Amino acid sequence: MNDRLLSSTVDEAVSSRLSGLLTEDTRPGYSGYLVAPENLLEAVQILRDELGFDYLSSVTGVDYLEEDRLETVYHFYRSTGGSGLVLKSSCSRENGRIPSLTPIYPGAEFQEREAWDLLGIRFEGHPDLRRILMWEGFDGHPLRKDWREPYFEEEAKPFKSRWPDGKAVRSEEKTPFGDNVCFPPDFDPQTWQAEPETVIERLQQDEKPLADEEIQTDRIVVNLGPQHPSTHGVFRMTVMLDGETIVSLKPVMGYLHRNHEKIAERNTFLQNMPFTDRLDYLASMSNNFGYAIAVEKLMGVTPPERAEYIRVIMAELTRISSHIMTTGFLLNDLGAFFTPALYALEERELILDIFEMVSGSRMMCNYFRFGGVVRDIPEDVLGRIRQLVTDRLPRKIDELDSYLTNNEIVKTRCQGVGVLTDVQAIAYSAAGPILRASGVPYDVRRADPYSIYDRFDFDVAVQTHGDVYDRYLVRLQEMRESLKILRQALRDIPGGPVLAGKPQYQVRVPAGEAYGRVEGPKGELGFYVVSNGKPNPYRYHVRAPSFINLTSLETMCMHQKVADAVVVLGSVDIILGEVDR
Amino acid sequence: MNPSPESIQNQDYQIPVELRQQVTITTLDRIYNWGRRNSMWPMMFGLACCAIEMICTAASRYDFSRFGMEVMRASPRQADVMIVSGTVTKKMVPQIVRLYNQMGEPKYVIAMGACASGGGPFKEGYNVVSGIDKFVPVDVYIPGCPPTPQALLNGLITLQKKVDHETIKSARWYRSDPVPEIPVPILGPDLIDVRRIEAIRQTIQTLADEAGNRPQEGEA
Repeated sequence: MNDRLLSSTVDEAVSSRLSGLLTEDTRPGYSGYLVAPENLLEAVQILRDELGFDYLSSVTGVDYLEEDRLETVYHFYRSTGGSGLVLKSSCSRENGRIPSLTPIYPGAEFQEREAWDLLGIRFEGHPDLRRILMWEGFDGHPLRKDWREPYFEEEAKPFKSRWPDGKAVRSEEKTPFGDNVCFPPDFDPQTWQAEPETVIERLQQDEKPLADEEIQTDRIVVNLGPQHPSTHGVFRMTVMLDGETIVSLKPVMGYLHRNHEKIAERNTFLQNMPFTDRLDYLASMSNNFGYAIAVEKLMGVTPPERAEYIRVIMAELTRISSHIMTTGFLLNDLGAFFTPALYALEERELILDIFEMVSGSRMMCNYFRFGGVVRDIPEDVLGRIRQLVTDRLPRKIDELDSYLTNNEIVKTRCQGVGVLTDVQAIAYSAAGPILRASGVPYDVRRADPYSIYDRFDFDVAVQTHGDVYDRYLVRLQEMRESLKILRQALRDIPGGPVLAGKPQYQVRVPAGEAYGRVEGPKGELGFYVVSNGKPNPYRYHVRAPSFINLTSLETMCMHQKVADAVVVLGSVDIILGEVDR
Repeated sequence: MNPSPESIQNQDYQIPVELRQQVTITTLDRIYNWGRRNSMWPMMFGLACCAIEMICTAASRYDFSRFGMEVMRASPRQADVMIVSGTVTKKMVPQIVRLYNQMGEPKYVIAMGACASGGGPFKEGYNVVSGIDKFVPVDVYIPGCPPTPQALLNGLITLQKKVDHETIKSARWYRSDPVPEIPVPILGPDLIDVRRIEAIRQTIQTLADEAGNRPQEGEA
């Protein structure tokens, strides 16, 4: 009710202020507004400055091959909460251009680079439009509908060649090169020259020298990663150092880009559920949650009460296990090698045991279904969760608190390091603990409640300094708030079915678009799904919080010592499966 | 598994009872392999989801230092076994091959999980290498997505069994001829396996010929 009231005022405000610039998107199943590329910047400026849509949540594109156009899709929100606004702008597939939003929303930088890399949308005015997930020199833009991967079989699954009708043949035997590669016809490996990496030039261009520089010193470029004990996974930070101080930093990613979105567009809707597990592999239940919500929005189904409670219980347990591991590994980055992480992993194992009992797998739970969850929680497991939530975890979180919060070394290393102000955090589209540690009390569970989160009494953890220490404090408090939610959910959980309707392998999803978002442990996790009524999604995009949080990494690390960059990266809490997808 | 002297004792020789506590008669191979198998140091190198299970295996509950994987080394020079723990992408494989080349002999590779063994659920992806064994020789494959810590331990113990059956006489790293390095693949329009450049060139040629011939056939 409240939600509808707010969105109607949004509509009125938008239509009265921007009537000349925007037209309503009237395609069945679609919502939001269309804007011509030449009006985009003007409309967005008004949206941000006059209508308060200061948070650019997601930028992505859709390739409408039959209509010969590429459509960029923007999702705006207000950092004070409420429902969002969807804006779309189209350009032609050949040489189409869209103005870049980076001057107004710096948080669009990496997302626009991704759209350029994967879809070939050229953003005019973008400061650094290079490929981001693939390498420079890669042939083609893979997410275009007419681009085919080397192992291409058919447009959509289930493939005819597979069981039960066909006989599966190894993919390698079907390609001319005998491997997962494909070369353009004019390629000659003997005369071909590799394109040099441009990241060093970018480092030099964006260098911000120290203000009080008395002595002219040489710069050193250091690569941290992709194989480096300080980076969390296969992530690479190239830094330019003046002495020990960072004067320029560029993240390089894509080392774990495993084509989640391309594979997802070939999969059926349900086949994508196990793939979402492998996005943020420390929080598979949260990923399931986001995807289920997006598709349920399209299908128009509501899960039964018991399923909603089970979902919340699982999502909050996931949040605790993810945060506790992050806290442990933050200490690892500070130099307390592995001992704190061992304490954290001990608690995580107990939560994983519950996941294994419930879903059959420790990490890759694949537990949610459209309209509920796949199977009920056994009664003895509820008892174990109760014991964990009321007895063990509160004690252990207090223990962690008592060891770390007032620890002299933790304080000295973390306070005042990697500062991001509230204005910067919103501008860079930071999400989750990063945003809240900078003093913005924005939590999707509270700002735009989904599932049954409006029923629970909990506080949004928030701190004001925006440094590494405050991010740690926010995570600590969030674990306690999660326990609060869990206690309420375990108290109120009703009996009944856990799935709306019959279990189905193939779901019918009406044509249209939906953006489902949840507050994952790393921040706002969004799934943008476009259906054209067929059994597989036409477009499937993940708004990955760890990926977008990295946009502000350079700002956070600027003029810090190189050893602190490692800590800052630890506090951002990236999971490469989600960054690179 | 048990690093006690009995496990390396050569049963063919009778040692006087009074000396049994102090003396063991064994073969050079056995004592050498016994030492190596019980100090298999993995490289601290994680790729994807499987790396998290590898960390869990190292942590207190499963604790693979019980079996001699005492410490994980961040430097390839100090590592004995490379656990390829996750999806190998085209962008990452040059670095993996380089790391493998930098490891000192004797060196072993474990392909942990479905992705490293053969591409796994992401095999059809355009940026995914269909198994690390396309580039680097693999000693043990561990199935699972991800394999549980128990499965990883089983894989590591399987590797120990493999070490038990090796002999100094035929060990690759004691031969006088140099062990050839694996050429590092290059990122071009797609991943270029340097060893297959000639085959790639011929295939492109054949494909071009076929494409050129097709319209002519149509005319005829």
